[in-house]
Amino acid sequence: MKILVGIKRVVDYNVRVRVKPDGSGVALDGVKMSINPFDEIALEEALRIKERNQASEVIAVAIGPDDVQTQLRSALAMGADRAILVKCDTPLEPLDVARTLLAVIKQEQVGLAILGKQAIDDDAGQTGQMLAALWERPQATFASKIEIKDQVAAVTREVDTGLETLEIDLPAVVTTDLRLNEPRYIKLPDIMKAKKKPLAVTELAGLGVKSAPQFRVVKTEAPPQRSRGIMVKDVPELVAEMRKRGVVS
Amino acid sequence: MSKVLIIADHDGAQLGTGTARCVTAAAKLGAAQVDVAVLASPAAPIAAQVASLSGVAKVLAVERAENARPLAAVLAPQVVKLAAGYDYVLAPSNTFGKDLLPRVAALLGVGQVSDLMSVEGPQTFKRPIYAGNALITVESPAGVKVVATIRTASFAAAGGGGSAVVESVSTDAVLPTHTRFVSISAPKSDRPDLQSAARVVSGGRALASSDNFKIIYALADRIGAAVGASRAAVDAGYVPSAMQVGQTGKIIAPALYVAIGISGAIQHLTGIKDARTIVAINKDPEAPIFEVADVGLVGDLFKIVPELTEALGRN
Repeated sequence: MKILVGIKRVVDYNVRVRVKPDGSGVALDGVKMSINPFDEIALEEALRIKERNQASEVIAVAIGPDDVQTQLRSALAMGADRAILVKCDTPLEPLDVARTLLAVIKQEQVGLAILGKQAIDDDAGQTGQMLAALWERPQATFASKIEIKDQVAAVTREVDTGLETLEIDLPAVVTTDLRLNEPRYIKLPDIMKAKKKPLAVTELAGLGVKSAPQFRVVKTEAPPQRSRGIMVKDVPELVAEMRKRGVVS
Repeated sequence: MSKVLIIADHDGAQLGTGTARCVTAAAKLGAAQVDVAVLASPAAPIAAQVASLSGVAKVLAVERAENARPLAAVLAPQVVKLAAGYDYVLAPSNTFGKDLLPRVAALLGVGQVSDLMSVEGPQTFKRPIYAGNALITVESPAGVKVVATIRTASFAAAGGGGSAVVESVSTDAVLPTHTRFVSISAPKSDRPDLQSAARVVSGGRALASSDNFKIIYALADRIGAAVGASRAAVDAGYVPSAMQVGQTGKIIAPALYVAIGISGAIQHLTGIKDARTIVAINKDPEAPIFEVADVGLVGDLFKIVPELTEALGRN
């Protein structure tokens, strides 16, 4: 079974993003970029499944400009067998991303697609579910545990009411939550090895996908800031202040 | 005039807390009619809860054995059938709606607006990106069905007192059998639900152990609050992940939020910024939580919290 892992290049999670003064977007010049953290978890899980001899190959797939090759090389250094970059210089909406991934899945005869539950830039959280819909296959979102037996996966999901377990027939799409695993660190020899691994570059049009954005971003703004309140010196003052504000009786 | 269809969130027995908030969001769209679909088995008890929400015109009760548990792959084809004739399809942005609605959108061949936080016009909406560190206003083209998850913390719950018509509906949607519910393990608690509680007391890594969380529970019980935690406390294993408050956990909007031993990482602040009053207790006077707190107290939480619990018990 081949596993496809979606890799998105995003602003590193340690970077405090700033909105451009003219409201045209978020300042990205010179900002550190990384693999979306949820995608790293997806890749780690795929590697562990392969290490249990339940997969034959792990393919890392990214969509974006040439720069994204950096993140795909990191994915190869982590342990992916090969990578595919679908070249596209304008950002795609999740529905088009799902269409693109589906085209790759069909070409590669993938048995399991593991994606992050969301990307930490647009926070849309849609691609995995959309991919499963277009593929007409099961989805298990927000996974915290995956167990594969024959052609069925038992997936534990983090839902608001607790932990839910589903049984899904493969092929299927799984999206990862934070607690699924802790991604491994990349060692120096792995970086050297990754340089020799295959990284194929293909075009969106070559997959028969046409970007068709639906939404227009009118403006980007900074969120309203809460202002600093008051400091109290002890518990009696705190209680008095809370009662004054009517938040406790 | 346009029509809105809301997909009710439920756990199989009880209506979730997100639906009433979607009704409020729907009212801002200026629609002629707001209907709510309940896909469940049995559907009647949940449909009755929805019918009493003020502002709902009609409840579509879709009872089918396969709907006993909300599975996105099973519900989505039915929602697609129900959505015919509606201009908007909404669901709350909790794990129910986040799982289901993108699948619906893809089947409809349209995009989705995630975490809609304000309605700027019938086709124009505001939503957070970068964990709430930026907000974007997006415009959806006229004539294309709007599919959106509603950020529940941004809208008050619609009140009761409504008397919507409940209509039994069946669809001819073909349902897949490739996805099967196995089990759910829900932490049992007599405390209020974290997502919808009016008061929340949260503990952070400074609690230093699972056992020490008992002082947080004692304070919460004294004021009838739900209990939450920071990601650091969850990652350290002090409390289960269902209690996590923040961008990667629950985004909440209580009237009172008490942050105890929580430094205030950006991802935590994102989850509480709609709280009406934030009280922070932390030993570090430089902790970022004090930048956003309405009332702050610097000191040893192991001394302050029991004293506060005690003081709030006196009149």
